[in-house]
Amino acid sequence: MARLGYALAAVLGLAAVGGGAAGMLGREWTLAVPWLVPLGGLELALDPLGGFFLALVGAAAVPASIYAIGAAGGAARGVGAYLVFVAAMCAVPLAANVMTFALAWELMSLASYFLVLHERERPESVQAAWAYAVMTHVGLACLLGGMLLLSAWTGSVRFADWRAGAPLLAAGARDLAFALLALGFAGKAGVIPLHIWLPLAHPAAPSHVSALMSGVMIKLGVYGLMRAGVDWLGGGPAWWGTALLLAGVVSAVVGVLYALVEHDLKRLLAFHSIENVGIILMGLGAGMLYRQAGLGGLALLGLVAALYHTANHAAFKGLLFLAAGAVVHATGTRDVERLGGLIKRMPWTAACFLVGAAAISALPPLNGFVSEWLTFVALLQNTQIAAPPLNLVFALGIAGLALTSGLAMACFVKAFGITFLALPRSDAAAGAREAGPAMRAGMALLVAACVALGLGPTVVLPRLAAVAAPLAGAGAPARPALGDWLTVQLSGDFASLSPLAIAAALTLGLAAPLVALRLAGASRRRRLYETWGCGRMLQTARMEYTATAFANPFKRVFDFFYRPAKRLDIEFHPESRLFVERIEYANPTRSIFEDWLYRPVLAGLHAAARSVRPIQSGSANLYLAYILVALIVLLVFA
Amino acid sequence: MLRQLRLALQTGIVAEPAPRTSELERVGERLRTDILRRFGRSLHIRQVDAGSCNGCELEITGLTGPHWDLERFGLHFVASPRHADCLLVTGPVTRNMAEALRRTWDATPDPKFVIAVGDCGRDGGIFRDAYAVVGGVERVVPVDAVIPGCPPSPAALLAGLLDAIGRLG
Amino acid sequence: MIAGAALGLLQVFVVAAGAPLLVGVLRTLKARLVGRRGPSPWQPYADLRKLLGKDAVVSETTSWIFRVTPYVLTASMLVTALVIPVLVTRPPLGFAGNIVLLMYLFLLGTFFLALAGLDAGSAFGGMGSSREVAVAALAEPTVILAVFALALRAGTINLGGVVERVEAEPWLAVNPAHLLAFAAFFIVMLAETGRLPVDNPATHLELTMIHEAMVLEYSGRYLALVEWAAAMKLFLFLTLLANLFFPWGVTHLAEPVPVALGLLALVGKLAVLTTLLALVETSVAKLRLFRVPELLAGSFALAILSVMAVFLLR
Ligand code: SF4
Repeated sequence: MARLGYALAAVLGLAAVGGGAAGMLGREWTLAVPWLVPLGGLELALDPLGGFFLALVGAAAVPASIYAIGAAGGAARGVGAYLVFVAAMCAVPLAANVMTFALAWELMSLASYFLVLHERERPESVQAAWAYAVMTHVGLACLLGGMLLLSAWTGSVRFADWRAGAPLLAAGARDLAFALLALGFAGKAGVIPLHIWLPLAHPAAPSHVSALMSGVMIKLGVYGLMRAGVDWLGGGPAWWGTALLLAGVVSAVVGVLYALVEHDLKRLLAFHSIENVGIILMGLGAGMLYRQAGLGGLALLGLVAALYHTANHAAFKGLLFLAAGAVVHATGTRDVERLGGLIKRMPWTAACFLVGAAAISALPPLNGFVSEWLTFVALLQNTQIAAPPLNLVFALGIAGLALTSGLAMACFVKAFGITFLALPRSDAAAGAREAGPAMRAGMALLVAACVALGLGPTVVLPRLAAVAAPLAGAGAPARPALGDWLTVQLSGDFASLSPLAIAAALTLGLAAPLVALRLAGASRRRRLYETWGCGRMLQTARMEYTATAFANPFKRVFDFFYRPAKRLDIEFHPESRLFVERIEYANPTRSIFEDWLYRPVLAGLHAAARSVRPIQSGSANLYLAYILVALIVLLVFA
Repeated sequence: MLRQLRLALQTGIVAEPAPRTSELERVGERLRTDILRRFGRSLHIRQVDAGSCNGCELEITGLTGPHWDLERFGLHFVASPRHADCLLVTGPVTRNMAEALRRTWDATPDPKFVIAVGDCGRDGGIFRDAYAVVGGVERVVPVDAVIPGCPPSPAALLAGLLDAIGRLG
Repeated sequence: MIAGAALGLLQVFVVAAGAPLLVGVLRTLKARLVGRRGPSPWQPYADLRKLLGKDAVVSETTSWIFRVTPYVLTASMLVTALVIPVLVTRPPLGFAGNIVLLMYLFLLGTFFLALAGLDAGSAFGGMGSSREVAVAALAEPTVILAVFALALRAGTINLGGVVERVEAEPWLAVNPAHLLAFAAFFIVMLAETGRLPVDNPATHLELTMIHEAMVLEYSGRYLALVEWAAAMKLFLFLTLLANLFFPWGVTHLAEPVPVALGLLALVGKLAVLTTLLALVETSVAKLRLFRVPELLAGSFALAILSVMAVFLLR
């Protein structure tokens, strides 16, 4: 029964891919059912941008659902919510008026809330779901505020009318609407500092759901930012793009820094989602800045880079979550310090995770490299804007992106190396078994996606350019020159890239030393012996490097950011302090955002609540008096 | 920094000429033919202290300095037996170090050979028959050559090493 | 097509065959500077030949990652040799990528080598990996900003384009922005190729190692490949420094005579840079590991200054 549900979700995903692809190719489609819901009725419309995100949701849902058939093992809990979740995500990019959008958005949030509550017996899950619910509804409030303002000012709840009406609004009104919408969407996308729900909620959900939440749900936040920024409001002043670009830099660097010191496998991946949303926002922000400067071609490049990275992140982060899920499934733990040696026990999962890790670290010739390269190329051409402060912002983005990709590489060396290599650090890891065929099939699909997106930018880019062209503003070429089938050629001679040629050369490069060694008559004998440990008697897993130790150089270099607290707890023997019974050492990091943002806000809320408590007496007479006073005040003002 | 560079340039090369005679003992036939062919131009040495008094180590360290400069002959000390062609073992092999020495020998890729250094390495030296020592490297791993002395001087060490790879004189 | 392929092979050959010599010359120079006679410059070839004749001892804890890594490392260096202008401005695979690609090709090698360091489960290897990725990650921003400074002026980030542009205006080579970017890149080269003061290539003490700690487990042909790849990395970085910043002699003609002249020019420039490197390495002490970020931050500041200088001097 449950399997049937997941199969249904996979079919739904396939349909979404078909529909989305049609939309991307320019097929328009609308559906209006005015009587179904109040305030404008139900209205769906397919356009290229919506089509792209619809296809993305579908393409991510297919492998996740196939994987779920194996992972859930027939358990019924969560199937219904999962189906609603997938369906709602398909509806969001199609929604064409405020009511439809709000319904789909809230349905998506609610369904994922229940999925986060999957293990509702565990207090952490309940807490995660609570944080998620609060943050998502604060975001919803912002969104509704922005949308209702726009509806009131333009006099229509239909998005199509905003496109015509919004550019005519006063600058202040547009700024306010953008700020509200951007806050709401950025919260969903997990942009720092609105990210705190993300590392709590994503790990709590089952892994196929985490894959969808990280892979596509937060991307719908990106979708919203794109829609609001360059579609509904039709672009705005330079500060919009600047804000998005800077938010992107901060999210990328901070996200990856948190990931580095995180040793819960799924939380680590969740922090990397924040990082990657940051990279997407860099592309988007750059696109908006170029658009504002009237450089249509470059604006197109920035937007395309953002879209490409969106698709890539869905592929490799989905893959990584599924592989991490397989590890959790097999070992029952998410703590990397208790894993190790899994490459021998789960070779397929290890290989899949390795592909995902290489892709997210932007190693050529996989997909993450292509989109980070595009983002670099987009950022590097900022000299065409003649405004030194903006150039400095761009330079910051360039350096931030480079730092991010280096740190992400470091983090995935840690994640893969500690989880899969060397000796198992616990019995659970030692007894792990390979994932079942359905789970492996789900992962294999995403591996194929990572490779295809990495090798095929010459095919993918024109499609994405077609999606982004209407959004890139004045001067954007309808059919930009992007090179030939082999090479991507951007902005004339500015930059070129040919992943196919690189992949071919790398293959040759792998073969060359093999042949050379054979020709040189190198010895081909190999003897297995223990790891070199200076002649010590045995090797145990406790002698291995740990994830904590691996991350320690970063903790020390960035200690102004992590602000690590040192706790040393020694228990002595009651007879003499010379005999130590137990030593406990902890070196936890502290979150700047929790300490300096959320805690003061919460404290303020509590204080405010306390101060209004006196008027809550519980006496009915008093409440009647309040109503009377309120009526009188209203009448006076009316 | 500049002063140091000036000093370096003024001093010039201080390496002593290569030694001419060696006191290498027990050189097997294998050493003469096989080793010479393989390691004549490049020999990487892992030094193993199997319970020496460190007298031998002091002299060995002297080899890497400017005066004896063993790198000019293609000899090089390495940090891991995996990289080594030759184990240079000092000390009478205490009981606690016997297993470690054996494992180091096993960890070294073939082809390889062992040179015992000092009287201790040869047969236990002044520690021979003490209760805590096995007595001589040969009791633990096969020894291909011995450089005697207590401790052998750097000149004797260098001569012995060069003799082993057939580059003496 | 044929000429292109031949040119590509020639570049790969120059890098692959020249790299051990470069390392040998560097070692000899360093030895001479401290009063030693030092090994012959050809010593690395003898070392490699000997390593090829040896068996490999592989830890039973390791997986296929450990065995594949030497090949991946070598492949990434060979591909880099095809992409960058070693002899000609537009090498046959030059179209395939630009300097951003190079950054990531080097990261590809680092990624696998760091994994191999963790694979044996020895604490030394883990320590080396952790430090190597830390240094590599912190060096990235400088690389890209130094390149940005170049690209700003050249109007392209394709390596061939940069080289041609600087060649066309020789006085650019003494421009302050250019020299600042060169200094930044030089420091990054020290860090990325494991030279003093970041890492001591001749150390025997595991606790102070970075690169060496990761390869402690390698032996025989695997070690030969790893060392060869490390030599190629040094060669490639010095070539980049030489040809991006002082591209005299790099030709855009795929004909024998200019290419031969290009080779001569390259040898000359590499000789100068190698001497410079030897002087630096003999006159500075190794930094404590946690002082290395300060050095890299310094190089980052240089790169930022160079970008600003481009804007100011425009
Ligand atoms: S031979 Fe002499 S110097 Fe060497 S270890 Fe033995 S006692 Fe010490």
